[in-house]
Amino acid sequence: MTLLEQFERDQTAKLVEGKEIPDFGPGDTVRVHVRVVEGTRERVQVFEGVCIGLKRAGLNSGFTVRKISYGEGVERVFPLYSPRLEKIEVMRRGRVRRAKLYYLRGRTGKRARIAEKQDHKGTGRRAKQGAKA
Amino acid sequence: MRAGIIARKLGMSRVFQSDGTNIPVTVLHVDECQVVAQRTRERDGYTALQLGVGRAKVKNVNQASRGHFAKARVEPKRRLAEFRVAEDALIPVGAEITADHFVAGQRVDVVGTSIGKGFAGAMKRWNFSGLRASHGVSISHRSHGSTGNSQDPGKVFKGKKMAGHMGNERVTTQNLTVVQCDAENGLIFVKGAVPGPKGGWVLVSDAVKGDRPEEAPYPGAVRERDSAEPEAEAEVAAVEETTGGDAPADEAPAAETAVETPADAPEEKKD
Repeated sequence: MTLLEQFERDQTAKLVEGKEIPDFGPGDTVRVHVRVVEGTRERVQVFEGVCIGLKRAGLNSGFTVRKISYGEGVERVFPLYSPRLEKIEVMRRGRVRRAKLYYLRGRTGKRARIAEKQDHKGTGRRAKQGAKA
Repeated sequence: MRAGIIARKLGMSRVFQSDGTNIPVTVLHVDECQVVAQRTRERDGYTALQLGVGRAKVKNVNQASRGHFAKARVEPKRRLAEFRVAEDALIPVGAEITADHFVAGQRVDVVGTSIGKGFAGAMKRWNFSGLRASHGVSISHRSHGSTGNSQDPGKVFKGKKMAGHMGNERVTTQNLTVVQCDAENGLIFVKGAVPGPKGGWVLVSDAVKGDRPEEAPYPGAVRERDSAEPEAEAEVAAVEETTGGDAPADEAPAAETAVETPADAPEEKKD
């Protein structure tokens, strides 16, 4: 392992300390609690939508959440390990066959639906880690 | 003016601050940066420190350099560089400068060799806009266009920006902020980009513009050789022995042909 990888791994470990990142992926509906600073005050804002992509790249991991807000599509990219993310909740597991759901961008209403995954067992890598901890 | 540090660029990463902001950083590795020689006003006419970093295989180091390193009683280094310093900032030969030489928040200048781009056209090299895509332009959409007037100067002025070799040259980036230093692993985190490829050597020194912060150690963050590292010294001694052992073996066949080598040998032993 190079020094750079070691540094990123250490930092990741420090950032997830006392925080649980659920096992989720593209197609899942997530509720992201994000701390926002308004002037001097700080509050938690909730952004709920469909995760349309998850980038796994160590410390640089991130995910995109898309929602329709007042008839307008809104997408937000979150760094997975950002200290600003208070909590990530998985509301619904979606059944999808792509890693990146960019096709949703051209769709609205019924055509943008995602079927719910019925047989979710939570057997992902992260779920196993969570079980151990 | 104090010495800088020779470091190796490991690559870029990011640092998340506790308030949630994240800073793009370049990670620089300081690997056994030792003082190899001093330049003094009496002998050289200026004061400077020659630093060496890394570890070179002895077999790849020529005799002249081996002698130079043996004189300083340090292991052969991969990269040497000189830093001009003030007279009271001279550091004894053999001392190691550690990464906490710089403090978080201070500004530094970083010198590196930029990535070579080869023979580049005027658009890439000088940001020319090129020629139009249509309106009668044929074949020369990325050319530089005119290079000057007509018969009046009758020549192209010197220094005209044209296509040519780009990159692979010494580049200084000024006023980069040090985000944090890790003396234990020898890492310096500098905000922003640093010239050169991953694995390239860079010279880090206090920013020319602006003052050195008060909390930065003055002659430098130094780990003395004698007190802190008795083992390292033993290694150095061992290397000296091996280099000393190599020398006669090399000389034996050479002595027949060259007259100079036996003359050199006693000098080395004196050192």
